[in-house]
Amino acid sequence: MADQAYSRPAVRGGAGRGGLRWFDPVAAALAGPALILMLIFLIGPMVVVILLSLTDYQLGAASLSFVGLHNYAEMFGDRTFQKSLANTLIYVGVVVPCSVLLGLGAALLIEADRRMRGFYRAVYFLPVMATLIAMAIVWEFMLHPQFGVVNLTLEAIGIPGQSWLQNPSLVLFTLCGIGIWQSIGFNMVLFMAGLTAIPSDLYEAASVDGANRALDRFRLVTWPMLGPVTLFVIVITSIRSFQVFDTVQVITKGGPNKASEVLLHTMYTEGFSFFRTGYAAALTVIFLLFVLALSALKVFVLDKRTHYA
Amino acid sequence: MNQELGPIASILRHVVLLFGALIMLSPFIVMIVTSLKPQSEILSADFTLWPKTWYAVENYRAALTSTPLLLYMLNGVIVTVAIFVLQVLVALPAAYALAKLRFRFRGLMFGAVLLCLLIPMHATAIPVYVLLFKLGLLNTYASLILPFAISVFGIFLMRQFFLTVPDDIIDAARIDGMSEFGIVWRVMLPTAVPAVIAFGIFSVVAHWNDYFWPLIAVGDRNLFTPPLGIAYFKLDEAGTNYGPLMAAATIAITPLVIGFLLAQRRFIEGITFTGMKS
Amino acid sequence: MSETDQQSSCAGHASRRGAVEIRGLTKSFGAVSVLKGVDLRIAPGEFVTILGPSGCGKSTLMRIVAGLERQDGGEILIDGGSVDEMRPSARDIAMVFQSYALYPHLTVRENIAVPLRMRELSAVQRLPGARLLSASARRAVREADRAVRDVAALLKIEPLLDRKPGQLSGGQKQRVALGRAMVRKPRVFLMDEPLSNLDAELRVHMRAEIAQLHRSLGVTFIYVTHDQAEAMTMSDRVVVMMNGMPLQIAPPEEIYDDPADLAVARFVGSPRINVLDGRVQGGGIAAAGVVLPLATGLADGTSVQVAIRPNRATLDPAVAAPRVSGRLVHRENLGSDLFLYVATEGSAEPLIVRQDPGIAGRLAVGEAAEVGLPVEHVYVFDAEGRRIALLASDARRRAHG
Ligand SMILES: Nc1ncnc2c1ncn2[C@@H]1O[C@H](COP(=O)(O)OP(=O)(O)OP(=O)(O)O)[C@@H](O)[C@H]1O
Ligand SMILES: [Mg+2]
Repeated sequence: MADQAYSRPAVRGGAGRGGLRWFDPVAAALAGPALILMLIFLIGPMVVVILLSLTDYQLGAASLSFVGLHNYAEMFGDRTFQKSLANTLIYVGVVVPCSVLLGLGAALLIEADRRMRGFYRAVYFLPVMATLIAMAIVWEFMLHPQFGVVNLTLEAIGIPGQSWLQNPSLVLFTLCGIGIWQSIGFNMVLFMAGLTAIPSDLYEAASVDGANRALDRFRLVTWPMLGPVTLFVIVITSIRSFQVFDTVQVITKGGPNKASEVLLHTMYTEGFSFFRTGYAAALTVIFLLFVLALSALKVFVLDKRTHYA
Repeated sequence: MNQELGPIASILRHVVLLFGALIMLSPFIVMIVTSLKPQSEILSADFTLWPKTWYAVENYRAALTSTPLLLYMLNGVIVTVAIFVLQVLVALPAAYALAKLRFRFRGLMFGAVLLCLLIPMHATAIPVYVLLFKLGLLNTYASLILPFAISVFGIFLMRQFFLTVPDDIIDAARIDGMSEFGIVWRVMLPTAVPAVIAFGIFSVVAHWNDYFWPLIAVGDRNLFTPPLGIAYFKLDEAGTNYGPLMAAATIAITPLVIGFLLAQRRFIEGITFTGMKS
Repeated sequence: MSETDQQSSCAGHASRRGAVEIRGLTKSFGAVSVLKGVDLRIAPGEFVTILGPSGCGKSTLMRIVAGLERQDGGEILIDGGSVDEMRPSARDIAMVFQSYALYPHLTVRENIAVPLRMRELSAVQRLPGARLLSASARRAVREADRAVRDVAALLKIEPLLDRKPGQLSGGQKQRVALGRAMVRKPRVFLMDEPLSNLDAELRVHMRAEIAQLHRSLGVTFIYVTHDQAEAMTMSDRVVVMMNGMPLQIAPPEEIYDDPADLAVARFVGSPRINVLDGRVQGGGIAAAGVVLPLATGLADGTSVQVAIRPNRATLDPAVAAPRVSGRLVHRENLGSDLFLYVATEGSAEPLIVRQDPGIAGRLAVGEAAEVGLPVEHVYVFDAEGRRIALLASDARRRAHG
């Protein structure tokens, strides 16, 4: 036993003067699988998707040729893409402020008092984890023009019902409504985490300083402390909203007449229904640019809040 | 924030929150109530919370027999569990190496992890699809599982946790005769159980609910996961057959909802991670 | 493991295991040189303490001996064989950490059993359920159980065996950590400041217990501390380390009474030793206005430093000694001891004198005081701080001895 030679683990302190070895078998065995999978499923595909966007590749085709920026040129001239991008931006523009404000309101109201706090929190959070596809189908049923609960309720109080999902000028906002319904709870728990991080003696200090009304305390303590959290929540919700797909795919298929077409759905249709892989890759790149820009903002915000150690 | 509200403010709070709760819950209420009613009642012009005729058995039987819903559920379990197990097997050793070992390319690798955190799943779909196509793996369990075997978020999260484990324990384990892999599974994993559970909830919820990738990767009904199963259930026969459709939706969300009600805090914690990842 | 000649030097323990030899050990972290050539021979069964200020490289030395860190140069031999290429667990050593390093998810019993299970059971046998199938695994587990119980009995922690570390006090954790080290019956025990997380009272108590443990086990202990009381009370020999170099290796009394270096003299002893700047002058040393009759053989004008411990300096007029005059600036009465601080011309810091309350009881702050420096207790160091042998000291020793 005593004479068993060993390849020394890369213990802290490392290999001394010569610096660290080029190949460390222990580290390779531990981190290698993760690295390989990262290359195959994340980094590699990122590179490939950019390269593919410059080709005319169609899935199953024997060959492909380099077409430069042709896909992008075609895309920007395409009415579907224009509509799709505009719709996505509108969707984000509506869902983000509404769900962030409502999430903040829910968090503040729920945390304002102890009574039924757990119940409210659970109820508001439920939509976040319920399978969205299933709930989208329920929403579609609820929004049915004739016997949907929504119209029945509205008519009961004297408001005329609407063709929520058939009316081209309404359908996108209906989907926004479902998106808001699903995001409120998520934003709420993020805000709650932010609220509990506010030291309670700040409130006591504010009271001592004469901020007696709830509104004064909110302006003096809560809001300034919650500012960075809000920025963080806005960015996250923007990223999530940009990825809207499930509800569109299962309820409207982008219709009627592209009125609810969104980026990911266009990408899905082009790439996996028409198998125009190169063109779909170009759409992906555009989608990615938006998400990465938002992510960069998030990393920036996160860094400031030292979530990364 | 912990002081009690006055009586008027308190009532106001409840009024507002209860109204909100009603809206948040309405789809769930409608779903369950509808799943208990016969078609004639569902299509009638007045909505009642209480079914006049109980049709639960028929609806749920229809949901389970006219489509292999139980198989979809089983597929969901297989896929989510396999993904989670693989993610842990891959991520924990890597996280340990990144947190506690010094090796040449550690900084580079951690940089790659941070970079990959920014990549949304949808962006890699096309190349991964092409890759699986070339490998002939489309329409298999592997196509549903393998692309998610790597969770850079899992690596990142576990690394942050491992950083807090004292070095002395690791040294003690080395002196006690454990190998580096032994340390990962016998020392790091047990101390990281809460973090692994939270990550597990995050992962299971995300992949149980995922629709985008299964929609792309499988066409074979025997491989459908619950979201895909319901979507197709709605598409073909039950387009307007709302009773069974709502029954199927109820069944599909039940496992997660029960889990959530049992372990609220952990679920909220786990799903909040989505924010740091997506 | 062959018996080598080095063990003959420790005739008394020739049959025991645990001789450690450290040869020319060097270690750097980047540009910082932490160990600068450490040589140390430890006899089997010896209790050696490494004493030094924070950051001097004590832990680094221990970690290299344990195999947790790779040295840049030099070698480590245990019982004559090089262990440089052995993994930590193969070196047959045990280590007790300052933070105890208990596995938080295992009970005390399981914690103590870990080294045995790792050594006695194969990877397959360690799998859950394997014991049902393998008789040898069952036997090994039974033996480990017995060994754990024996150790627990010795350390009086039997009632704690089924608790988790989170439910233990600091002292109890310390005992469990000791138990985990003992159970494998190693040839060398390494302890890195094992008591520094305990409160003062418990520290004194555990000090005695560790010394007792050493006597009953009879194996080699290498003990790291920056607490001189621990070093002085427990060890056979003390290694005083500064800046990655052992300055003196000697039994505790010798470290205190016969320091080889001014840094050692300053580091050991409380309150601190009195140091005066001096200059060789006609066969003696001029310091603080007096000439001490100390023959160094050095040329006139060489600057030196003289030092005397507070308990050797005196205010007693009955003692015949050269006297330095000054003024009492502060008195510290600890009940048993009275410390008097006397400011003098030749020294920036006041001289400290430990005195019987009977003799200096009446002296008030502000009054003039004459500090006697009995020359037989004065150490002389050169400008670099190395001890200078005195020519007269031979005669002095003879007279005393
Ligand atoms: N892994 C490392 N990388 C870089 N420098 C290190 C490392 N480990 C130790 N050092 C440095 O080496 C020097 C000696 O450290 P060491 O831990 O041996 O000191 P020590 O004598 O044990 O001190 P203490 O009494 O505070 O425990 C210190 O200056 C420390 O900063
Ligand atoms: Mg140390």
